[in-house]
Amino acid sequence: MPRGHHDIGGTTRDAGPIDRTEHQLEDWEILADAVNQALGARGIKRTDELRRAREEMDSELYRSLSYYERWGASMENILIEKKILTREEVDRKVAEFEKKWGEP
Amino acid sequence: MSVDPSAKQNETTQEHGHPHPKHELSYHAKRIYAIRELLLEKGVVTREDIQAQIDYQEARSPANGARLVARAWVDPKFKARLLADPKAACAEMGIDATSLNEFVVLENSEKVRHMVVCTLCSCYPRPILGRPPDWYKSFNYRARAVNDPRGVMREFGQELGADIEVRVHDSTADIRYLVLPLRPPGTEGMSGEELAKLVTRDSMIGVVDALPALPGSRKNA
Repeated sequence: MPRGHHDIGGTTRDAGPIDRTEHQLEDWEILADAVNQALGARGIKRTDELRRAREEMDSELYRSLSYYERWGASMENILIEKKILTREEVDRKVAEFEKKWGEP
Repeated sequence: MSVDPSAKQNETTQEHGHPHPKHELSYHAKRIYAIRELLLEKGVVTREDIQAQIDYQEARSPANGARLVARAWVDPKFKARLLADPKAACAEMGIDATSLNEFVVLENSEKVRHMVVCTLCSCYPRPILGRPPDWYKSFNYRARAVNDPRGVMREFGQELGADIEVRVHDSTADIRYLVLPLRPPGTEGMSGEELAKLVTRDSMIGVVDALPALPGSRKNA
């Protein structure tokens, strides 16, 4: 079985130096973290489910997203899978926000 | 890491039920706000739930872990309890570790150093140390910790003798690890509070030892 894109222990692709620069979390990252934990506290999703969702993501996407973007994308997929919300609802809500925020 | 306090305010003081981002958000960041809003509308989670999680994470920092380690250094009976039943030992110190499924404390020795990674993602003892640093989540750390732990330590400024064994522990969704670093020499007679200052986050992940005693801080016990 080939390795999944998440299974990178010991691989050479990422054998370079470790970037130890820390970035200050942005509001949306803190929110992604908190919403995810709140769902966990309510028993709606488990850590292993979220990990499975990340492991099932498109490999290119997995590599290109930032850490909390991966969290968000996998959380969305899990919530859709559990029929708590739909992709269209999220799309509509984003469009609504963009209108309010004055963005295209 | 310091958390932007405006995030808290956003949670509590939003007037129109929508966020006011300071600058342009990415596609996925916007979706986070949308998901939050939908979950609130549907009553899946409450604003208070989310705020409670923000507060919880803000209250977690490596200082918690440092208190555990410093106490273990000065109190052998506590150390034994910390190794045998880490969650109970945390509770004794007022640290809530109950959200962890399994929590293991790894004791370093002169001959063995432990190092913690999550090769598959970013599992970390968050109730004890707070959110993981960015480098812990990086592809490079995840890739290298398992087959080049000595090289990783070197990058963090520590050259380990070839006679010292390195054991790397890969975290999972169910098991989290905390390294109990060696007590630095020359720290006899130091108080728990002074000792805790030597216990860095990185020393509890195991990529380096605890800080050496500062010159002049040595006391005659």
